[in-house]
Amino acid sequence: MENNGQNIIEIPLEELLPTAMSRREGGWRIAQACCTYLGDSYELSYSFAREYEVVHYRIVIAKDEVVPSITPVYKSAFLYENEMKELFGVNMEYIGVMGILGTDYKNKLYRINEETPFVKEGQ
Amino acid sequence: MAKRSVVPFGPQHPVLPEPIHLDLVLEDEVVVEAVPSIGYVHRGLETLVKKKDYNEMVYVTERICGICSFMHGMGYCNAVENIMNVEVPDRAKYLRTIWCEMSRLHSHLLWLGLLADAFGFEALFMHSWRLREKILDMFEISTGGRVIFSVNKIGGVLKDMPADMLKNFVQILDGMEKELRETTNIFLNDYTVKSRMVGVGILSPEDALKRGAVGPMMRASGYAIDMRKTGYAAYGDLDFEIITSNDCDCYARCQVRIGEIFQSIDIIRQAAAKIPDGEIAAAVKGNPDGEFFMRVEQPRGEAFYYVRANGTKFLDRMRVRTPTFANLPAMLQTLKGAQYADVPILILTIDPCISCTER
Repeated sequence: MENNGQNIIEIPLEELLPTAMSRREGGWRIAQACCTYLGDSYELSYSFAREYEVVHYRIVIAKDEVVPSITPVYKSAFLYENEMKELFGVNMEYIGVMGILGTDYKNKLYRINEETPFVKEGQ
Repeated sequence: MAKRSVVPFGPQHPVLPEPIHLDLVLEDEVVVEAVPSIGYVHRGLETLVKKKDYNEMVYVTERICGICSFMHGMGYCNAVENIMNVEVPDRAKYLRTIWCEMSRLHSHLLWLGLLADAFGFEALFMHSWRLREKILDMFEISTGGRVIFSVNKIGGVLKDMPADMLKNFVQILDGMEKELRETTNIFLNDYTVKSRMVGVGILSPEDALKRGAVGPMMRASGYAIDMRKTGYAAYGDLDFEIITSNDCDCYARCQVRIGEIFQSIDIIRQAAAKIPDGEIAAAVKGNPDGEFFMRVEQPRGEAFYYVRANGTKFLDRMRVRTPTFANLPAMLQTLKGAQYADVPILILTIDPCISCTER
């Protein structure tokens, strides 16, 4: 697929945490993370930005693969991770570190009654 | 030992025009932790890519939010135009810039009104919204709409602004500027207003970066980052300096937004003076095939649009990361250590847009 000059780097799942840690040490912020459902797999995109530079890391995983949480590295990642888990059913490990009330919403970030609404048949 | 309790805040609250809920963990009157709950109005607009073709999705993205409606449509169009290598005519780029800055003006004025309302200054609230009304009138004259404009299309825009309309808009803005200076002077210099904001809700530069803050929230913590400087639309042709503050508090966030109000007026003046003649849309053929991440600077900060297309008229994915979504963790950080009475003002200073967040 044409990436139109975007800085998209494919990495294996086990590289996710080391990549997030090295980006944080380099002064990058997490700009977004999102999931695309590919039918039999998920494609996860994590974008990091430093001033006007932006780099996107791409991970393709099987539906049942467990994805490590980067919330212990980037505290703001908990919203993206809860979203991927609730809307797509990505098998995230416990999101973040336990605070007084925790940051793992256990599929209740959006309070949607329907399970994984973004991977419905026919969508 | 301080008494610890959990106090629910929202989803219905006088300062919240839209529903969000926070569980506030308090030690006496001091917030030690806050956990947000969203999802009261989640619409799942992103999934409509399977039912609406890539042209119809322009109108879907415009409906993400009633304040940044134009910018949502434009950000999505930019992403698709990049995938399809469509060269948008210069006049359309200038028109988009003018509508973007009108959106910023009306958004910041709306926010000033809500802020004044939150600390009980009703006359200031009414003055802010009276001025905002003039911008909405300009939208109505130029697009036919006051909330949803539907003037974006893939390849350009659907409506033009004739020279006399642009001249009229510049005159309206010239007239508004004096009134704006009087009104914003109260926000910046009134003793009571300052006492609610100065030193309240500190977001250090380190925390702003760690929490992924964007927009005025980031700039009020000393970072000179503004996606308009990447040069999308006509911003690359126009002169403007990024407005920042190093004070990191609620007052700084108010100061940055007020600075951006006058900056938007200046950008509209520049664009109206420089706008070239020519077409307002390029012809677009075929379907998009590829992917693109587009970033634009909305009134609340950087918005991220990801579009993935497969060569058919229906997209595989359209994802929007809105600025409020990015600013929630930073807001939670500012709440830690805050007095319970300051929580409404603190929530307002990120200028939350829940309909964006729950696209």
